[in-house]
Amino acid sequence: MANARRPVRLFRNINAKIAALPMVATALVIFVGCTIWTVVHSFTKSRLLPKLDFVGLDQYERLWDTRRWLISIENLAIYGACSLVLTLVIGFTLAALLDQKIRFENTFRTILLYPFALSFIVTGLAWQWILNPEFGLQKIIRSLGWEGFTFDPLYNSEIVIYGILIAALWQGTGLIMVIMLAGLRGIDEDIWKAARVDGIPKWKTYVVIIIPMMRPVFVTALVLIASGIIKVYDLVVAQTNGGPGLASEVPAKYVIDSMFKNQNLGQGFAASTMMLVTVLVILIPWAYLEFGGKKHD
Amino acid sequence: MRLNKNLIGAAAILTATHGYSAELEVTHWWTSGGEAAAVAEFANAFNATEHTWVDGAIAGSGGTARPIIISRILGGDPMGATQLNHGRQAEELVEAGLMLDLTDIAEAEGWTDIVNPTSLIDSCTLDGKIYCVPVNIHSWQWLWLSHDAYKDAGVDVPTNWTEFVAAAPALEAAGKIPLAMGQQSWQSNGAFGVMAIALGGIDLWTKVNVEKDEEAVRSDEMLAIFEAAAQARAFTAKSTVQDWNQATNLVITGQAGGQIMGDWAQGEFQIAEQVAGEDYSCLPGLGVNEIISTGGDAFYFPVNDDPEITAAQKALASLMISKEVQVAFNLKKGSLPVRGDVDLAAANDCMRKGLDILATGAILPDGNQVLSPDTQGQIEDLMVEFWNDTNVTAADAHSRYADIIASAD
Repeated sequence: MANARRPVRLFRNINAKIAALPMVATALVIFVGCTIWTVVHSFTKSRLLPKLDFVGLDQYERLWDTRRWLISIENLAIYGACSLVLTLVIGFTLAALLDQKIRFENTFRTILLYPFALSFIVTGLAWQWILNPEFGLQKIIRSLGWEGFTFDPLYNSEIVIYGILIAALWQGTGLIMVIMLAGLRGIDEDIWKAARVDGIPKWKTYVVIIIPMMRPVFVTALVLIASGIIKVYDLVVAQTNGGPGLASEVPAKYVIDSMFKNQNLGQGFAASTMMLVTVLVILIPWAYLEFGGKKHD
Repeated sequence: MRLNKNLIGAAAILTATHGYSAELEVTHWWTSGGEAAAVAEFANAFNATEHTWVDGAIAGSGGTARPIIISRILGGDPMGATQLNHGRQAEELVEAGLMLDLTDIAEAEGWTDIVNPTSLIDSCTLDGKIYCVPVNIHSWQWLWLSHDAYKDAGVDVPTNWTEFVAAAPALEAAGKIPLAMGQQSWQSNGAFGVMAIALGGIDLWTKVNVEKDEEAVRSDEMLAIFEAAAQARAFTAKSTVQDWNQATNLVITGQAGGQIMGDWAQGEFQIAEQVAGEDYSCLPGLGVNEIISTGGDAFYFPVNDDPEITAAQKALASLMISKEVQVAFNLKKGSLPVRGDVDLAAANDCMRKGLDILATGAILPDGNQVLSPDTQGQIEDLMVEFWNDTNVTAADAHSRYADIIASAD
């Protein structure tokens, strides 16, 4: 009797599953489908229009022979590492400072979050002017008396990527700060009291107790920062357009330029496939560590 | 009976004029002062007919605008008409049947006979059909010189590249930039192209760019051009502007000695009310080899289902190549008209030089017409790096350039 009535797993929560179907279909068609389409076409010699004319690994060989691509990858690595570390450190420090029950907290929070309301294009243009040696920061400091002061990152190919990093940090740390602040507010007041009773110094409480407790918040912040890093494009276009020379090129810009400016879809697809592979190489081990080990909890 | 016929005729004309008025969105990247004044001539002439010109200017250079234009056409949101440099950029769009066939009006008006040089109309032709209307000839091979800058430095205005190089130290001593150059890749690439033709000569250029002869591109003559370019690179060290018209402005204001730029720079000198031969000079072919390339801008008309729009497109096409509009447009733009049978009494000193060279036939096809955008993109990447990074030596750049040409399609 009981056997006949056993519910089929597939039909459990049937309403919820039907409701999720459109999203599942979108994910499959848009994300998986289009990704596969792109990867397949990266093995063809498509020019302006996609054609299934297979040429094996030619596009990839050319890609890794291209100096511009190598410079792009190097820039992304520098930008990515610095942006990840600095955004987290600055974001957390600002949040911790704001959490000291200071006066006008609302005002400070608004000021610090405000740059996030600007698009990357506006941020890029603003910082292009601020960092312009003719009428920006360098000019102001020189007119204050320091005649020899030189700060023109956007015109120096050695450090141009840091000029872009400054703008990105200015725009992005506010959001991370707010997320961190929310995390800090979620910490039980009793933990602080207990730490104080035990005579643990404040900074040590943060490092040893609070930060480990905020792990989920850090994961959220990390995902947000990482996706911002891999897709950096508009900031570079607005600030330097890849210059001086090729010194501030990034992979996303290589993809767009190959596909539309140079009318070489195959090359653009090969570059975007490489970007996907890079993300997967980092993401899969991390996801395995993060979610795979939890089964016995 | 006779009255009836007239009435019918009048009615037909009336319906023709009324039935076909349409709005055409025209995209182009002519946004600097001189260029905008020139494109306004098209717009005014078109608005004077029953149709309306909707301006779709896209700021930035062609490199910014072309991707937008192409993705709109591919994405099924075609504009009424669009500027493109003719040549290979639109080849695949035409092959895919996305561009309007203009053969009927071209034959009716005899474009193949009036367009000079004929290479311009050949570039619009695919399988015997004409898909675009050439509107101007623009040539890259000009060195623009500021008389003020040379006066301040106490040296004579150079008359060729060798003198220009010799005068550079005097300019530097006077605190001027010998050679103004914007930092965008197409400018670096263009300037190099000019030097290659002027210093290397037409035979070498043809072998490299048209025949893609590997021996020629690896030769010592080609290396010498790269060395000359490395020398010119040192002259541009203090020029930190981005856009070409900002660089032209350095020449206009006498802060820079010269600029290698196409004839469109002339429009800027005109707007600044400078007089050719008095305030500025121009040296075609850097004063060495007086050859000009005959690239140009052309307008393409993406296929549209609406017959009214198609009619307006054809009206615009024939308007653009008509005598009056050609003269008005090209005088403002500083470029040369595509038809030899127009009167350019108002042309200034520099345009006359251009017309004379055109008349002698010392012309060659533009890079856009012989190299695919893919190859051009690779060369641009190389050039922008070479011009901006002094660590790249002439020999390095030469061998990488040779690799690109050797693998060009």
